Amino acid sequence: MKAKERLLKVEDLKVHFFTYGGVVEALDGVSFDLFRSEVLGLVGESGCGKSVTALSIMRLVPRPGRIISGRIIFDGEDLLKKSEKEMYKIRGSRISLIFQDPTSSLNPLFTVGYQVAEPLVYHHRMGFKRAWDKAVQILAKTRIPDPPAKARSYPHELSGGMRQRSMIAMALACQPDLLIADEPTTNLDVTVERQILELVKDLQREFGTSVLWITHNLGVIAELCNRVVVMYAGNVVEIAEVEEIFSHPLHPYTQKLLKAIPSAQTVGGKLEEIPGTVPKLINPPSGCRFHPRCPAATDVCREEKPSMIEVRAGHFVACHLYSSGG
Amino acid sequence: MRFSPLTKYRLLKKRLKPSLKEMGLTFYVLRKNASAVLGAFIVASFIFLALFGPYIAPYDPYETDIIHRFEPPSPSHPLGTDKLGRDVLSRLLHGARYSAKAGIVVLAISVPVGVILGGIAGLFGGWIDEIIMRITDIFLAFPGLILAMAFSAALGPSLENAMLALTLVWWPLYTRLVRGQALSVRESAYVEAARSRGASKLYIVFKHILPNCLTPILVTFTLDMGAVILSCASLSFLGFGAQPPLPEWGRMVSDGRIYLFQAWWVSMFPGLAIALVVLGFNLLGDGIRDALDPKLRRITEVG
Amino acid sequence: MADVLIECKNVTKCFPLRGVFAKKGKVHAVEGVSFYIKRGETLGLVGESGCGKTTLARIILGLILPTSGSVFFEGKDIFKFSKRELKGFRRRTAMVFQDPFASLNPRMMIADIVGEPLVIHGIAYGEDKDETVKELLERVGLKEEHMYRYPHEFSGGQRQRIAIARALAADPEFIVLDEPTSALDVSVQAKILNLLNRLKEELGLTYLFISHDLSVIRHISDRVGVMYLGKLVEEGKREEIFSAPLHPYTAALLATSPKPDPRERGKKRFFLKGEVPSAINPPRGCRFHTRCPFAESICASEEPRLERLSDTHRVACHYPLKAGREGEL
Repeated sequence: MKAKERLLKVEDLKVHFFTYGGVVEALDGVSFDLFRSEVLGLVGESGCGKSVTALSIMRLVPRPGRIISGRIIFDGEDLLKKSEKEMYKIRGSRISLIFQDPTSSLNPLFTVGYQVAEPLVYHHRMGFKRAWDKAVQILAKTRIPDPPAKARSYPHELSGGMRQRSMIAMALACQPDLLIADEPTTNLDVTVERQILELVKDLQREFGTSVLWITHNLGVIAELCNRVVVMYAGNVVEIAEVEEIFSHPLHPYTQKLLKAIPSAQTVGGKLEEIPGTVPKLINPPSGCRFHPRCPAATDVCREEKPSMIEVRAGHFVACHLYSSGG
Repeated sequence: MRFSPLTKYRLLKKRLKPSLKEMGLTFYVLRKNASAVLGAFIVASFIFLALFGPYIAPYDPYETDIIHRFEPPSPSHPLGTDKLGRDVLSRLLHGARYSAKAGIVVLAISVPVGVILGGIAGLFGGWIDEIIMRITDIFLAFPGLILAMAFSAALGPSLENAMLALTLVWWPLYTRLVRGQALSVRESAYVEAARSRGASKLYIVFKHILPNCLTPILVTFTLDMGAVILSCASLSFLGFGAQPPLPEWGRMVSDGRIYLFQAWWVSMFPGLAIALVVLGFNLLGDGIRDALDPKLRRITEVG
Repeated sequence: MADVLIECKNVTKCFPLRGVFAKKGKVHAVEGVSFYIKRGETLGLVGESGCGKTTLARIILGLILPTSGSVFFEGKDIFKFSKRELKGFRRRTAMVFQDPFASLNPRMMIADIVGEPLVIHGIAYGEDKDETVKELLERVGLKEEHMYRYPHEFSGGQRQRIAIARALAADPEFIVLDEPTSALDVSVQAKILNLLNRLKEELGLTYLFISHDLSVIRHISDRVGVMYLGKLVEEGKREEIFSAPLHPYTAALLATSPKPDPRERGKKRFFLKGEVPSAINPPRGCRFHTRCPFAESICASEEPRLERLSDTHRVACHYPLKAGREGEL
């Protein structure tokens, strides 16, 4: 395994939301690494905390949420110790974020070209004319047809796929070290999604950007990512290379999740179900948060939260099944 | 379908607690909003004064005492006396009723009328909608003030006529509001679901559209109370509403206007009262709107 | 079991676009679609956005009037129903919508939402209604204590179950499901699909299942119809469509969706260029020809008709793929 340079280290991140009903423990000690020039997939179902993780890295967690503890070390510096002013310089230029719905993320009052040029003007202090030209270049890289004309268009004049490409252009304008993508293709048609995935693969290779791709779609993960982080109810449960995850899933949750996907093999039969529902994080289960639904749960699972263990090379699991002589 | 009272009670009991819990969230959000609480406090004080003002007033608002005219605020007359020696404070306390009455009467008539017309327009659409909206537009085109002046000229100036004029120009607001809501609710998925199950139009109106219109109506109603009070006071100020010796606040401001430099308290205190009450309703109304806004509730609810 | 429950003949729907002063054009949402659904089977309708499947679903349930064409329920034209017959039709049909958040009235309690069809059709009121609702909720896997809560207290999967319970309330025979699992997580989707299959068995239901997700369609359908830009381009039995698709668009859809298997990644795969054209000005001739890798000159001028290539398999294409040809993709 060649030595990779680490770009981001999230260490024991805890985020709580203080609400009317009580304290929601959204993230309960999330830890993972992200290396340079890799595509890391963050997969999990609704409420597992993947979006909160992305927002935490950018320090954009909305009220009533607060980062309680932990460290986020980006290129050697702890982001949680930085001032708001310092974060302004980082967002958009060193770390960029793209969202699920391009329509609401693009300002309807400004042309697409203006919005792509904006981060260049703000972060790189470029003159507007130069920034505009660069913006058109970047739009061309996202394979939008007729970039100069499209740059002069407004978001509502473009289709969903083109808007998403504009968002990607905006995010990559300043050539960030890290691109965080929060479900950007979930709302797109399958054929357009395919184009965006191919685009991201090519751009990532060209610019060497690291990508943190958040999704609940395991097909996309298989297509795009080098390594995968699986989350459940605010915890990381498994981390491995993508082939490993699909061929040898170790955590019971991951195993059941993979079996729940309909495929050619499951036709006509029953899909594997995970009994119970995702727990409400206001009163999370004790010990391992998955234990109420886990077929292999034992007493220790109820009492003690499992820590991440490296079971095989590069393959980490947080499960008591593997802690003693696994 | 007749149910025994026992059955009705049992059905209600099951539904009561969760309904209250829902309302509890609204109150919680409201409580957290400092300006809304201030508004609520002001409104509550105003209601209290309207109900009990006359009983706590130290003097008779109509009793003149020429010797003590234009006395500045003092321990015996905390807000001073006016041109006829009447205690300003007592007049203020008595006058709260008239403002409250104006607000209630005008809205009690215009809201139901406006809501029903708006509901019909929004539900049926087509030419019914067109006709109702054109009529609404006509009434909206009337400036309330001019109408009130016309009424005064024709029927003689009085508080009652001012309220009548205001009622005539106020209902269109609710028609447009409800119609807009009805149109948007009509397009929503749960109404479509009901239609797909065979619900009749009437059923949809009562079970789906109206309940979902209640929220904006409540908000507008609260904000409007302040607006009506202000309008009525303005009309009285101009001479088209309450006539002397009625201690209506707008009238009082007008009466003291010429003496503003000698005896500022005669106009100032009723003016402040009007401003404060209107502010209170505005703050409360905004607070209610924010509390009922589903997006803001969610932020306060769960992360 | 061989009788036809629902049949559409040549259903077409155009929505007029209003310009400022005059009509600016028409949205050709659905164009000349004909198919039938037999009692007890599940027809899966698949296509991307703008293909008209949602509009078609609503026409089939009589919620929208078609511009032309007819829909038959048990052989009778539903758009010629009397008021009473229409109400009866509504009792025997139901719809489950895509968005579990929006399809439930946020101000109503679950008991009233699920019980609504009972009240509308005069089947049960008051305590009887509550009893029936309790049974319905248990049938879809929810509990009695959920009855007196509000929709926002539930997760997406639970809300969808509530919507399914509501659909079952009046004991329907035919249910249209418009992307019921698209907004749900994978594990929740699995439960809902299992539930739907089980209910179909237990209650002898007939489904029209609409989705853009091919793996879901494959799992649940007996027969499949593929739509593109308002037209039905291919229809056949499940195995036929998935193992030997005849229309290039179908083959492209199958090739394009990301598969949850990283070993597939390296394989060179074909993907369609461009995006779905606007339904206001659909391409002349075969609507797919602008993106079709096999398009010939005839495809740009003449619209292909839906031809029956075998007993069960129909396709609308001038050059339907022969077996193995999709390997060229």
